[in-house]
Amino acid sequence: MLVHSRKGKWATWALFFVLFLPLFALPLLVIVAASFAGHWSGAFPSGFTGEHYSAATRGESLQALTTSLLTALGASLIALTAGTWAALAAARLKQRGDGTTRLSRLCGRTLDTLFMLPVAVPSVVVGLAVLVAFSKPPMILNGTSTIVVLAHAILVTAFAYQSVAAAIVRLDPAYEQAAASLGARPAYVLWRVKLPLLLPSLTAAAGLCFALSMGELSATMMLYPPDWTPLPVRIYAATDRGATFTGAALAVVLMTATLLVLFAVSRIRTKAPYR
Amino acid sequence: MSSGIRFDSVSVAYGRNGENTVLDSLDLTVEPGEVMALLGPSGSGKTTALRAVAGFVRPASGRVLIGDRDVTALPPHRRGIGMVVQQYALFPHMRVEDNVAFGLKAQKVSRAEIPGRVADALEMTGMAAYAKRFPRELSGGQQQRVAIARALAIRPGVLLLDEPLSALDAQLRSGMLAELARLHRELPDVSILYVTHDQVEALTLADRIAVMDRARLQDCGTPQELYRRPRNEFTASFVGNANLLPVSVGVGSVSLGGAELKVDTGEVASGVSATLCVRPHLVGLGAGPNSLGGKVTEVQWRGATHRVYVDVAGHSVKADLRELREPPALGSEVTLHFAPEDAVLLAAGVTDG
Repeated sequence: MLVHSRKGKWATWALFFVLFLPLFALPLLVIVAASFAGHWSGAFPSGFTGEHYSAATRGESLQALTTSLLTALGASLIALTAGTWAALAAARLKQRGDGTTRLSRLCGRTLDTLFMLPVAVPSVVVGLAVLVAFSKPPMILNGTSTIVVLAHAILVTAFAYQSVAAAIVRLDPAYEQAAASLGARPAYVLWRVKLPLLLPSLTAAAGLCFALSMGELSATMMLYPPDWTPLPVRIYAATDRGATFTGAALAVVLMTATLLVLFAVSRIRTKAPYR
Repeated sequence: MSSGIRFDSVSVAYGRNGENTVLDSLDLTVEPGEVMALLGPSGSGKTTALRAVAGFVRPASGRVLIGDRDVTALPPHRRGIGMVVQQYALFPHMRVEDNVAFGLKAQKVSRAEIPGRVADALEMTGMAAYAKRFPRELSGGQQQRVAIARALAIRPGVLLLDEPLSALDAQLRSGMLAELARLHRELPDVSILYVTHDQVEALTLADRIAVMDRARLQDCGTPQELYRRPRNEFTASFVGNANLLPVSVGVGSVSLGGAELKVDTGEVASGVSATLCVRPHLVGLGAGPNSLGGKVTEVQWRGATHRVYVDVAGHSVKADLRELREPPALGSEVTLHFAPEDAVLLAAGVTDG
């Protein structure tokens, strides 16, 4: 701890709770409270009921949850593969010394910038772009589930790219070189040495992509077909027609499902924790 | 499978237009089964030379040969080398046995053969009992043994060692040095290129030493040659300790200040100035042949020896003397001597040591 005196510690904790509770914890608690509420006219909800949940976990709502989970799974897998691949390629291009030219370093930096774009561009714009791009021949994806997954993948790849790229920079080149000196071909080195060593950042990136995709609304709104309605869209629809408590129950389901998946992803490790 | 290493005027340069030369046309041959130490200060190009053999730097010009094969254009994994680096670079996510088996699996050695060869390599480095451990559960010295076992398991014709002992403490280092010498006796066919900045390691282990400085090869020879008959000042000062004294050469003798010293002047012409190299431990206290008088400027007690610095005609002369019961007082006048055959005359160039 940076603060040593007893008073200082108490003050720090107090400040933490003053800031943390209203900003982060309270809105979430309110949603949980609302999801169980029958009425909410005073300061506190009344008429405790589990009815919203029974509605939120069957029929179309359950299907929306499955849709969201599948979309997030697909999008994160695509994003992780593409992002990791691009990050590895960019790192190789930017590497100094053997066999790299100024042009290749420029290409590496260009890749960095390109993968920044989806973060910088509002997701509504990305949604519109995807919609326009895939509504005409030769690729007509409009009205399919693929276009939703694709849009999500485009939105989250940037995050995968950046977290893997940061980890590659920290990776000691000595491992790769030791492996090469032992006669391992580059593909073998990648599979047996580099990816296992990058695994912590890969799982972190996967979790991040998954969570972002689970919560994505604005681009989805422009793209989703009737038979592929993700949960955030349903939450929005429920709230929009005034069914706030149903929306709250759906939100809690979304939150719980996301947290459970994140927890599961964080359990993936190599045999030995290192560092 | 014994193969030597040959550098054929290998140059390596960095920078936009290759203006920064880190290795300047190196010509050097490591004979099959020989231990060659590349000795030099940091930035001398010794590690670059080793990395050129490993394939991690591409020479701007020249060729690198392993055995009879020109490997200059080959990627590292096709060169058939074993390499051990200073920071070990053991794969942290693999157990010791998997680290050692890595090269065998990568080279698709038959599955039945792998466990035996892993066990052999671990046995050879005394690490058999640690096969199931992870690298982080081992001490520095143990990790280095595993790194050596991993490099030896693939039975390379050439072993490259890049400052393998510099991360270890002094005591471990001398133990590992003996260990490396034993390994080389057990594997007489393996050629070893050993990069170090430590002269003791080079003198102890190497069959020949190549002394490098400022991207160039300065001198190459057996440890005895370089130590007893260095060819230039850099070698004299870097391989062992040396007093380097500017002298003017006469016939069969040289003069330092006013003193006339008998030494073998060899082919150095009389009348020129040259550098006289005398090892500190060959300098004695008291009168004798080739006496030098001077004032004591410093006395250092080093346990088994006393190092006495004496100012002789403006030049500092070091003498390593067996522990003295009564070391000379600072400022007192003493006489030093050395045998004529213990001095080496180096032609040209004087820097006051």
